[in-house]
Amino acid sequence: MTTDPTPPGPVARPDQEHQVAPPDVVTLGEVDAVDETEAPASLWVEAWRELRRRVLFWVSAAIIVLVVLVALFPGLFARQDPRYCVLTRSLGGPEAGHPFGFDFQGCDIYARTIFGAQASVTVGVLTTLLVAILGTAVGALAGFYGGWFDTVLSRVTDIFFAVPLVLAAVMVMSIFRANRNVLTVVLVLGVFGWPQIARIARGAVMGVKNADFVTAARSLGASRFATLVRHLIPNALAPIIVTATVALGTFIVAEATLSFLGIGLPSTTVSWGGDISTAQGQLRVAPHVLFYPAGALALTVLGFIMMGDAVRDALDPKARKR
Amino acid sequence: MVRYLGRRLLQAVPVFFGATLLIYFMVFALPGDPVLALGGDRGISDALAAQLREQYNLDKPFIVQYLLYLQGILTGDFGTTFAGRPVGELIASAFPVTFQLALMALAFEAILGIGAGLVAGLRKGKLFDATVLVVSLLVIAVPTFVIGFVLQFVVGVRWGWLPVTVGSNVSFTSLLMPAMVLGAVSFAYVLRLTRTSVAENLSADFVRTATAKGLSRRRVVNVHVLRNSLIPVITFLGADLGALMGGAIVTEGIFNIHGVGGTLFAAIRQGHAPTVVSFTTILVIVYILANLLVDLLYAALDPRIRYDD
Repeated sequence: MTTDPTPPGPVARPDQEHQVAPPDVVTLGEVDAVDETEAPASLWVEAWRELRRRVLFWVSAAIIVLVVLVALFPGLFARQDPRYCVLTRSLGGPEAGHPFGFDFQGCDIYARTIFGAQASVTVGVLTTLLVAILGTAVGALAGFYGGWFDTVLSRVTDIFFAVPLVLAAVMVMSIFRANRNVLTVVLVLGVFGWPQIARIARGAVMGVKNADFVTAARSLGASRFATLVRHLIPNALAPIIVTATVALGTFIVAEATLSFLGIGLPSTTVSWGGDISTAQGQLRVAPHVLFYPAGALALTVLGFIMMGDAVRDALDPKARKR
Repeated sequence: MVRYLGRRLLQAVPVFFGATLLIYFMVFALPGDPVLALGGDRGISDALAAQLREQYNLDKPFIVQYLLYLQGILTGDFGTTFAGRPVGELIASAFPVTFQLALMALAFEAILGIGAGLVAGLRKGKLFDATVLVVSLLVIAVPTFVIGFVLQFVVGVRWGWLPVTVGSNVSFTSLLMPAMVLGAVSFAYVLRLTRTSVAENLSADFVRTATAKGLSRRRVVNVHVLRNSLIPVITFLGADLGALMGGAIVTEGIFNIHGVGGTLFAAIRQGHAPTVVSFTTILVIVYILANLLVDLLYAALDPRIRYDD
């Protein structure tokens, strides 16, 4: 257990023309200090260690926790009923108990902003789950089995990719005209949102398909399907999770866009998208009516995108070095 | 090269048929009777309804309708709208406007996105980088229609710098603000892609070699870093052209542009399959061709990629 004295620095001797760069020095003490009995940290443990040190992660985590709490228990944050509206207060400014003022119908904007979180967050989370499962399944199967199976699945992916999401949503939501709710919105966004994840999953599975541990699993007698589920998909999960986190934010925006076009959630459901679309009529006289729901939406999306960014940086060793 | 092109175009054929079939089926499954809806509250006589159904092939089973439509397309007949206007005419009036709008949006996001992304990537971690990143996050987080309304109100109404709506006055200046709104979200993506890619390539071996053999910083950045960083960006831009044209529906509504989005939206509401399928099919073709063009551009950007098999 002797530690090295001062490491050899770049000291140029008088007779030396060029200076030699110092070698990377790892002292004996450091080498001895490594605990060999401990299992090497997995990708996820490493990523968590990296995440903990990032401000971006904690800020986005705080936003997400807050938004999810508001979505789960809106009653804790607002006493006012979002559907209780008094026309004499139409477009009124803030007053005691009503910090954000009133919208065109005289409803309390603060209460509507709080209660609107539920629709957005539910759509975002459920759609992301649906898309992640569908996309991973299709992409992983295509990437793993290859051949004509891959060609067919990739072309199907192309078809769904080529039809613009908004248009497909317009069509499908018109079919559900009579009973539109959060679940139909999730279904539409999910059915036309999976190709993106499928492409990522296909690439990721193809990337690890020929790795040594896969050959090892096969030679130990694991079936092809078991290898795919137990070994390949878990190792291809990192890029899928990153894409899905960022996609969650965009699904929330997509829901708002559908509600804005009048083909999203019914007007009886309190939602940010619906409130933004009714507020645009009063933009010139009362910009505050637009500001709060749009701000809440932007903050939520921001939280999820920043989380995706932070997770990607933590999972990508190349980005970590710098 | 020619064989590669041929194979790619051949693969586009099933995508074309699959997409048209899918869309035709979705329009077919739309609820409500489009013929009865034509009569409004006054209703429509049984004889007239039957005649209209026969005229628009609505009395036939789904697959026959689809095949008749395909037959029409192959002979250059896109069908007629319920108002008696040929769909081909509708295409000719709507697509040029939207195409111009989408190209302007693409140019906007490519020039500004790559420019700002390059500078941010070269100065990763500095003030400019941080500012640009925050701006790009905000642009992604705020829905397009909110950006559209606010810009229209502030720049168009308050300051009066640019026309508020487009209408029948389609020109470069009137489309400028809509193009910026349409390309805003993609601009943020292009910026972030370029930035990451540039920052990654800066520490690549070939960049160190280029610097070591004495090339100027300018040449290293322009030729070695930027060119290699553009591949993921070009991929995104290629897929984006189709998405911009199809996604212009919101922007076109805000700025009153008579383009693909509005026409398509109306046709979906009416349940008029030939219009919906023709429009969407053209969008699908644009998407396929743009992606093909991107793959060919790869070879120009990266000499390691060759298509002569």
